[in-house]
Amino acid sequence: MMTTQNETLPTERKPLDLRRFLDDWVMLLAAVGIFVACTLLIDNFLSPLNMRGLGLAISTTGIAACTMLYCLASGHFDLSVGSVIACAGVVAAVVMRDTNSVFLGVSAALVMGLIVGLINGIVIAKLRVNALITTLATMQIVRGLAYIFANGKAVGVSQESFFVFGNGQLFGVPVPILITIVCFLFFGWLLNYTTYGRNTMAIGGNQEAALLAGVNVDRTKIIIFAVHGVIGALAGVILASRMTSGQPMIGQGFELTVISACVLGGVSLSGGIGMIRHVIAGVLILAIIENAMNLKNIDTFYQYVIRGSILLLAVVIDRLKQR
Amino acid sequence: MHAQVQTHEYGLLRFNGIGKTFPGVKALDGISFVAHPGQVHALMGENGAGKSTLLKILGGAYIPSSGELQIGERTMAFKSTADSIASGVAVIHQELHLVPEMTVAENLFLGHLPASFGLINRGTLRQQALACLKGLADEIDPQTKVGRLSLGQRQLVEIAKALSRGAHVIAFDEPTSSLSAREIDRLMAIIGRLRDEGKVVLYVSHRMEEVFRICDAVTVFKDGRYVRTFDDMSQLTHDQLVTCMVGRDIQDIYDYRSRPRGAVALKVDGLLGPGLREPISFEAHKGEILGLFGLVGAGRTELFRLLSGLERNSAGRLELRGHELKLRSPRDAIAAGILLCPEDRKKEGIIPLASVAENINISARSAHSGLGCLLRGIWEKGNAEKQIKALKVKTPHAGQQIKFLSGGNQQKAILGRWLSMPMKVLLLDEPTRGIDIGAKAEIYQIIHNLAAEGISVIVVSSDLMEVMGISDRILVLCEGALRGEVSRDQANESNLLQLALPRQRASGVAN
Repeated sequence: MMTTQNETLPTERKPLDLRRFLDDWVMLLAAVGIFVACTLLIDNFLSPLNMRGLGLAISTTGIAACTMLYCLASGHFDLSVGSVIACAGVVAAVVMRDTNSVFLGVSAALVMGLIVGLINGIVIAKLRVNALITTLATMQIVRGLAYIFANGKAVGVSQESFFVFGNGQLFGVPVPILITIVCFLFFGWLLNYTTYGRNTMAIGGNQEAALLAGVNVDRTKIIIFAVHGVIGALAGVILASRMTSGQPMIGQGFELTVISACVLGGVSLSGGIGMIRHVIAGVLILAIIENAMNLKNIDTFYQYVIRGSILLLAVVIDRLKQR
Repeated sequence: MHAQVQTHEYGLLRFNGIGKTFPGVKALDGISFVAHPGQVHALMGENGAGKSTLLKILGGAYIPSSGELQIGERTMAFKSTADSIASGVAVIHQELHLVPEMTVAENLFLGHLPASFGLINRGTLRQQALACLKGLADEIDPQTKVGRLSLGQRQLVEIAKALSRGAHVIAFDEPTSSLSAREIDRLMAIIGRLRDEGKVVLYVSHRMEEVFRICDAVTVFKDGRYVRTFDDMSQLTHDQLVTCMVGRDIQDIYDYRSRPRGAVALKVDGLLGPGLREPISFEAHKGEILGLFGLVGAGRTELFRLLSGLERNSAGRLELRGHELKLRSPRDAIAAGILLCPEDRKKEGIIPLASVAENINISARSAHSGLGCLLRGIWEKGNAEKQIKALKVKTPHAGQQIKFLSGGNQQKAILGRWLSMPMKVLLLDEPTRGIDIGAKAEIYQIIHNLAAEGISVIVVSSDLMEVMGISDRILVLCEGALRGEVSRDQANESNLLQLALPRQRASGVAN
């Protein structure tokens, strides 16, 4: 199959592609390496309790990073996702408080995400406004709305069935982790096996050429942001469920964590390069290192410095590789 | 300010077996010749002959794969443009390297602005800038933003900048392509002065008149190889030079075969839009290769942008095989069967990071996908390999990133993209620009085969030989208007150029 060339070709082609193979897989291998190192060096790292914590830490970033991949791959990005996460939790909590219906609460949150995504997409695609400015604006608008809806403070949730999203388990695996895995599989598949996914890559690779080749550039971009809005809202619902409340102040700076994870894994900020395994690798590396630092009781202040340094190192290595 | 040095001491400029290889293409192969100080030395050749590559090597933008460059007694090994500038070389490119938002003075001294403790000394800057422009372009105020100058004036600023850095080897790459007749005259006078000051001047141009007017020697390139150097212009005729540039095998590459002409396929009636000055009307027949010739800025690409739905027409109508067409986007044109291979392959044609297969399949795949979005692996693989084979695209495998292919093979992949689609009209904008000779012949072959199948092919080209070689009929555009139509039998270099040259410039060149 043409679209799986990256997976299939290295095995059937000459040694030149070994480099390509390494380029594609090196960050995932690094993630595994870091995991193994932590297992050996840190007591309790592999304990079931810690693994569970690690999985949950991955889930929110992981879900949002799946669709951030599409934004980045198409040559844009989205800063509003942190606000969408907070607002979705608040909307879900408020609607459940007022209607007592979990279904309506979750639906309202997802619709809110969809609307924000559509606004982002339409402004960026049709009005050709820079994605940075557009999503910087919606980031603030949506954050403000979250506070307004919540009246400035956390909104508690009392519906037991809502907690299944955050605290439920299936075969002993927490539901958020399962949803994250499903997202990884689904969006990975979508990118490689549908016209939508391939068109996303084409737009990021060369928008002019994609337009001239007959790709519906505007529609694809709007879909990218709309889907990202919905998935961001889903992450927000899960987070609200875990915390049993909708909190308007959470997720500040979350958009930057998501973008860092993608870029750390190898997704290009300028578009046209990105695979789901990049996202998985980036999310894993960030989460494992954070987890390890927590286990080692490293001060939060130092954690910022270390996280930033890792990101810088990763992009510098990436730059050097491209020379 | 500008170097009043007795430049004979720098000696001559010698290219010694210069070669340059790009992945898949030998752009230059063993170029050796000498340019003398106090002479204007023309470099001529068809598009893709290697002139620009050679200038890029001289300017330090490319590092040669083999051979060496000597200025005077010294062997130069430029690793960057900075090295080249430091050695007294200036290359004045077609696209000028000036910052439009900054003033003339700032542009002149960019990188070494007169400053004390980091503060720019405005007075000194102005004085130095005035000194720099003196005698070249006295009318330009150094405080003007470069963006507000005409193209000709910008070029003068670029020349002033080169001289202020003490350049003694100055290369011009098609300097007159966007200048008015007056500006050309002034440029010629300045070049004459540079020569008299004893500088080495290289002059790349397609324009015979200019070469005979200003140059003291001509070196001809063909397909990246050195052909010969003419030292005595008085012994050289126009025809000799053309023959030397084109070579003998010219008819063979085009491989023209006459075909029966079918019914009208595309009818363009009074079309107007951005970049067109007068309404344009013409017809393209089934099975016909229609050439569109014109100089830069004639409106050829603009016409193609209208026909491919990239721009909307402000007036006029289009008819395809009897049905009226309204094009609102490239998607409409593609759906109707009007397919464009754009001029700038890198910017508008290929998706460089994607594979050859992706680049071929991108347009046709949605028609071959399940539910309009699920890709069919068998079709994807099959179609890519079919086109690669049919068009002889040279790639190690279908999954290779297309950026690693040579220009000719990239062009073939884009043709493969369109051959995967139902096609009625094929628009080719400079289809062989920057493509080596072998691939050129193959592309002409593909064009002929398509025409033979009844496709209507419209080819835009600024390469006269190419237009005359492949077209059944040639339309000539000039300054956004259709200036005439010439049939294949009647077409020759002089009547096409006569139509293509703007009237006022035509008279300017004549005197």
